[in-house]
Amino acid sequence: MTEVLQYVIDGAALGSLYALFALGIGLIFGIMNLINFAHGELVMVGGYVLVFVSAPSTIVRVTLMIVIVIVFALVMERVAFRPVRGARADTLLVTSFAVSFLLQSLAIVLIGALQKSVGILSSLNESFTVGELSIRKLDVFTVAVTAGLLAALVVFLGRTRLGVQMRAAAEDFRMARALGVRANTVIATAFALSGLLAAVAALILVAQTGVVSPTMGLTVVLAAFIATIVGGLGSLTGAVLGGYVLGALTVALQATLPLGYRPYRDAFVFAIVVLVLILRPQGLISSRAVVERV
Amino acid sequence: MSAAQIRAEDISVHFVGVKAVDGVDLTLGYGEILGLIGPNGAGKTTLVNALTGFQEPTGGRVFLDDVEITGWTPHAIGRRGLGRTFQGIRLFRELTAFENVELGALGVGASRKEARMLATELLERMHLRDRADQKAGSLPYGDERRIGLLRVLAMKPSFLLLDEPAAGMNEGESDDLTTAIGEIRNEFGCGVLVIEHDMRVIMGLCERIQVLDYGKTISLGTPAEVQRDPAVITAYLGTKRGASAAAAPELPEVPDAS
Repeated sequence: MTEVLQYVIDGAALGSLYALFALGIGLIFGIMNLINFAHGELVMVGGYVLVFVSAPSTIVRVTLMIVIVIVFALVMERVAFRPVRGARADTLLVTSFAVSFLLQSLAIVLIGALQKSVGILSSLNESFTVGELSIRKLDVFTVAVTAGLLAALVVFLGRTRLGVQMRAAAEDFRMARALGVRANTVIATAFALSGLLAAVAALILVAQTGVVSPTMGLTVVLAAFIATIVGGLGSLTGAVLGGYVLGALTVALQATLPLGYRPYRDAFVFAIVVLVLILRPQGLISSRAVVERV
Repeated sequence: MSAAQIRAEDISVHFVGVKAVDGVDLTLGYGEILGLIGPNGAGKTTLVNALTGFQEPTGGRVFLDDVEITGWTPHAIGRRGLGRTFQGIRLFRELTAFENVELGALGVGASRKEARMLATELLERMHLRDRADQKAGSLPYGDERRIGLLRVLAMKPSFLLLDEPAAGMNEGESDDLTTAIGEIRNEFGCGVLVIEHDMRVIMGLCERIQVLDYGKTISLGTPAEVQRDPAVITAYLGTKRGASAAAAPELPEVPDAS
């Protein structure tokens, strides 16, 4: 029983991180029909800010990192994606690949290909025990921060003027514009939120691993992409659900696979994902808007 | 010429090899109902897209109350007082009926409180208050239509451009819609442009009718004048396109207003 609970905690923590990744991708897809593969590079930027920026306190350092990543996301939208807004989905996709590779290459040229180590929230890597359970503080932090962000996002989308406009724009951008919704404001807000999610994900990821590298975004975007597809592209609830399903699946396979098969865990994860998509190609939660677009 | 109006001069929209709209003039006065008709592919929706900023015209200029709005963004034109609907209702299905109506007011700069008050008032006026919290995607067809109209009315538009508002409606529903559009014009005082294939709606509703064919205006006048115009009869009976007369929409008799 203790072992099962341990896995539930691990799965919840990993799922929360994946949900953060997936929400960042899902928000932009909902508004712009763009799968932003450069989202992982926002996480990378957050990581490098933590490496290079020093501040008198952790709170100031983290706040500064969040602000820089949000600004970076806004600049990315303005410079790279606004000129191709409304273009075909494949054009948007190739643009996001180009931005992703450009930023990775810039990081390699300017900073170097080797990993940089960084210490942030190191005390959260300690564990505490509840009965026979050993719980890492960082896992609790990850679950709590994700829950807080999700709650804030629900309130923002449901209760605020901009939130209602964003939900409308995510469903039918053309109609929303005819009703006076400002495209620039809605898209910039989506990118700012995506930047916020990437920054928080960067903080957790760097606190977990202690290293930053130019290619760290690849893992992020792969997990995010799979989670959004499994959850159902175009649905924010689906993105979160997909993140948790992916996290739970990964931990469950890690726990149950025979020792010799564990190095191939991700192959099993992807095989199950393929199976889910064969049975339910629209993902766990289907979005009518996406079905119509396709 | 009335004080407030939409005035489009010599509007052209050319796509590769196709002149979808070719030198069309259009005026719509405050409080007037204008019908825009024509066979499929005549350029009606493209013209409305050009008026509302969804399609940049290849040539020509659009004025709203003597302010040139050519090239403005759709949201800027919406905020200026030109509301439109699209073919099909296109409600935001995941939002509630209330949120759909509220959005119209929010889009033109109302505060959240003002938008909620206006949405409540409009829903009550159309006897749809009990539908307020229902997701738009689950509404019956007739209510969807009415919510679609309320949504654009919440923008408090000076002009309403309705693209095939009666599409898919039966005779009774079309009659109700005709009455509702007339009431909206009387109550809100806005100018209304209606694109519609249902000639009963057009003939029963419009003071003037403009007929397009192959991107050009072929007739403009009262319903009775348009109905007698040989160019309109030719376009609708299909001799140009070789379609059978039986397949062409019927132009019903209307009393001569002159």
